[in-house]
Amino acid sequence: MSRDSKRDNHRDTSLDLNRQPVDVKRRKLLTGLGLTAGAVAGSQLLPVTGRYVQAASSEPIRIGFQAHRTGIGASYGRWYERTTIAAAARINDMGGINGRPVEIIVEDDGTDPKRGAEVIEKFATKHKTDVAYGTLFSHVVIGSAPRAGELKMPYFVVSEGHHVASGMLNRYVLQPGITDVKSQVIAMAPWIGDNLGKKVTMIYPDFAFGHDHRDNFSEAIKAQGGEVIEKIAIPPTETSFFKYFPKIPRETEVVYHVMVGPAVLTFVKEMGEFFGANRPEIFGFIDSLEAVDMNSPGLEALDGTYFWEAMPRYATGDEHDAFYRAHVGVNETGASTTDAKDVSTYSHMFGCWETLNIIKRGMEACNYQGPDDRASLIEAVESFETFEKSDNHPQGDKVFNGKTHQAFGAQHISQLNEGKLEVVHTTSIEDGMYEDEVDYTTQSL
Amino acid sequence: MDFWPYLLLASLEGAVMAAVLALTALGLSLVFGVMRVVNVAHGEFFMLGAVLAWWFSSVSTQWFGISPALAFTVAFIMSPLVTAAVALVADRLVLKRLNYQPEATIVATIGILYIIQQLALTFYGPDARPVVAPFSYRVQLPWFGYSGYKLFVIAAAVFLLGLVWFLLSRTRAGLLMRATQQDYETAQAFGIPVSRVYAGVFAFGAMLAAMAAVLIVPIQQAHYLMGLDPLLLSFIVVIIGGLGSLRGTLIAALLIGMSDGIISVFFSPTLAKILATTLVAMVLVFRPQGLFGDRPQ
Repeated sequence: MSRDSKRDNHRDTSLDLNRQPVDVKRRKLLTGLGLTAGAVAGSQLLPVTGRYVQAASSEPIRIGFQAHRTGIGASYGRWYERTTIAAAARINDMGGINGRPVEIIVEDDGTDPKRGAEVIEKFATKHKTDVAYGTLFSHVVIGSAPRAGELKMPYFVVSEGHHVASGMLNRYVLQPGITDVKSQVIAMAPWIGDNLGKKVTMIYPDFAFGHDHRDNFSEAIKAQGGEVIEKIAIPPTETSFFKYFPKIPRETEVVYHVMVGPAVLTFVKEMGEFFGANRPEIFGFIDSLEAVDMNSPGLEALDGTYFWEAMPRYATGDEHDAFYRAHVGVNETGASTTDAKDVSTYSHMFGCWETLNIIKRGMEACNYQGPDDRASLIEAVESFETFEKSDNHPQGDKVFNGKTHQAFGAQHISQLNEGKLEVVHTTSIEDGMYEDEVDYTTQSL
Repeated sequence: MDFWPYLLLASLEGAVMAAVLALTALGLSLVFGVMRVVNVAHGEFFMLGAVLAWWFSSVSTQWFGISPALAFTVAFIMSPLVTAAVALVADRLVLKRLNYQPEATIVATIGILYIIQQLALTFYGPDARPVVAPFSYRVQLPWFGYSGYKLFVIAAAVFLLGLVWFLLSRTRAGLLMRATQQDYETAQAFGIPVSRVYAGVFAFGAMLAAMAAVLIVPIQQAHYLMGLDPLLLSFIVVIIGGLGSLRGTLIAALLIGMSDGIISVFFSPTLAKILATTLVAMVLVFRPQGLFGDRPQ
């Protein structure tokens, strides 16, 4: 009975439709036709791409780029992507890797560890990439690394985190293109202790990357006869910082800050407002101002303060630096050549350029043919000891430790003078060396 | 820092938060009170206000070369208006067609949330961009410096709240809103165009969120994910104050804003959030209608 009445209702509606003006019907019909045509076209496209993927010879080397296109790491992601594309284009211009072109496959991880692991999965199963590469944020690296290990997918990160060299991850994770936080901090602590002061208050984000700073700097400054008198951890999603500044003890000689994420400008602005003219010495990691114009309103208060830089944002006249800038599209002040307001993440993104060149060198060293050679690629990279300053390595010479999977390079300390960063001190590579905490080569492949 | 200056700083921070929160939550509360619609997309109207403020202020400085103060004024007028227009369209295209059914509108506004957020990501991008404050005056207190603009935010929000109160209690539009809120069937019987009142209230609610966002955007930057925090806090405020009770919303905003400021300064921001959400749970268990809400009939 009820079914009948439903059918009647249905008939009623169709009758109603028939009574509607003709033009509406035609429009509906057209839309329907369009959709069907689109669907047919789509379904025809699929097998074509599928056939192409299956072609075996002269297939490109596929590098899966796990990019922070969205989420809190987006400004880093944008520049990591530009650097990666520029580096890949240069490698292809030079004849590719083992005579095969390089193809970069970009997947957005949303700066989210869970999505990060899914992206690794997608690289392995859907895109069938040869390696995964490019991640910055430490929580995404830590979230993705176990999956990379299980899938036996070489995972080259450009993260700075100490998690690679600490032994926390696995043999498939390498960081050959950028120095880790522990090394940076150890290299700079003596200069801070000698030139700025011994009583330090630290302000850092409350996750792995910030904890690397906290633990390693506390130890390093103690070795200099100084001490960290207050540690202020800031939740990663915080948007307002003023309330943290009263926790800075009055006897503080140096404020050490390192912040990341979209709120960095608020952080430094509010710090300037809080202190005004009678501020202690301030030493920051450039992370607090990556992708931020040094001449942004509100930053005047930071004039005269010091920053760590891995690679000086303002051009130093170095030929390899100039070569790299020109390829990536960065001008002499560290902004995009097409948009002066689009400031780069200059102290981090060189790691992408250098890592891609190391992947190339590794694949050539082991005569890499396909996913079956992934283990040999890991062994090949592990055997590297140094990377010389060149167009392939514009940041400078590096020492690579195959046991800890970590690279070591020189660091810079720059002072902000009238809206411009000037290098005042450069460390040696040895300043940042520390004892091995792991030997990944003992793990099976 | 000594106790009293420390408390002063905490109260100032709390007052800024309370001021902005009151405006935002008032919009949410008004929409629920009049329309019985739980607007999950409210935070996105906040975000839209901030993003549009960036757009209007940068366009007017770049193309017309006007001063930051004037550019901010342009943003402050235009951004809430455009946001209101977007809300109006959402109401006509979506909510009205669902006949404002409570369950359906929740799901629909979740949809609107994602649409607005992803459109912002597509057209505005994933970056956090600053809007230049209309003036940069730094108040030097004996113990610490404070942003003069933040004090202006408190004053502006209080003024706007006064304006809303006047609108609701002293004008014909306010009368229509209150009549619709009390009993929309009777209101309709008396010839009040309920459908138009609904549309107007939804747009007005979004406009309040956008105004709050324009005020805050020189302090924080405009970012496509910035809508989540105000949404959660607005819900906390509206639940504690009582859904639909404007007086309750104001008092709860003051309570949550000030306590968040003071607790985060003296203890930790996490503890402030823990206490606020515990308070919500307690209110829901022991006084479900909220501190100032009407008793359920």
